[in-house]
Amino acid sequence: MKNLISLVVGFIFAIGLGLSGMTQVQVVRGFLDITGHWSMNLLGVMAGAISIHGILFFVINKRSKPILDTKFHLPTKKNLDSHLLIGAALFGIGWGWTGICPGPGLVATVSGNINIIIFIISMIVGMAIFKFFEPKIRK
Amino acid sequence: MVNAVLGGVLIGFAVSIMMLFNGRVTGISGILSGLVRPVRFDIDWRISFVSGLLIGGIALLFYRPEVFVQESSALWGDYIFSGLLVGFGTLLGNGCTSGHGVCGISRMSVRSLVATMTFIIFGMLSVFVFKMVRGSL
Repeated sequence: MKNLISLVVGFIFAIGLGLSGMTQVQVVRGFLDITGHWSMNLLGVMAGAISIHGILFFVINKRSKPILDTKFHLPTKKNLDSHLLIGAALFGIGWGWTGICPGPGLVATVSGNINIIIFIISMIVGMAIFKFFEPKIRK
Repeated sequence: MVNAVLGGVLIGFAVSIMMLFNGRVTGISGILSGLVRPVRFDIDWRISFVSGLLIGGIALLFYRPEVFVQESSALWGDYIFSGLLVGFGTLLGNGCTSGHGVCGISRMSVRSLVATMTFIIFGMLSVFVFKMVRGSL
């Protein structure tokens, strides 16, 4: 049942990304390109998503546990640290360079675009490199 | 812009369903990283989610193929550089646009708000440098 929920959530998420233009690199970079023809689509997506989840999360979180699990799996870290800032900065540089982030990238692989596929393979390699060095980085 | 907000609303409902039923944050980089080095009993829901994303992609390919038209002057080497940074950076920083930008900000997490502002600012800088080096996006 949990798997079915995950599948449906993934499906709706993908449709949302597609309809909002996030699966197109020119739309994403159009938002990041403040010295060009600035497009606000990405802000619109975030505003739409946050306005819904910002309300529903707090309604859902009033429950003692989710419907299909014994507890909510929420991030526990509260403090700002250098890993968060450096990680976000590296992600931002990579994101802006081509206009792809993980979700839209995965969805767009089905189009067979070779550049997107190269991106996804490189992203998985980047994750594997992190996992390899994680014990040293996180100590 | 209307489509962008509507797409965002769909995403907002999707991540809410995930939280209500499975109690999980829908952070794509986090979900995917759990498959890069799998932990027992924590794999199947991740595979299901990624499958859902791909099936959604296939549905779009049939009904809205225009959402996959890409306009960019980036070369294949750019996609390697970009992918490596996105993969490494999202794990070091514990999240991407979905985990921090949508789910985290909705929970009013300060870490996520700071991370989101950081990757947007560096994304803007990156686009600026790309344009300077290549002449166009």
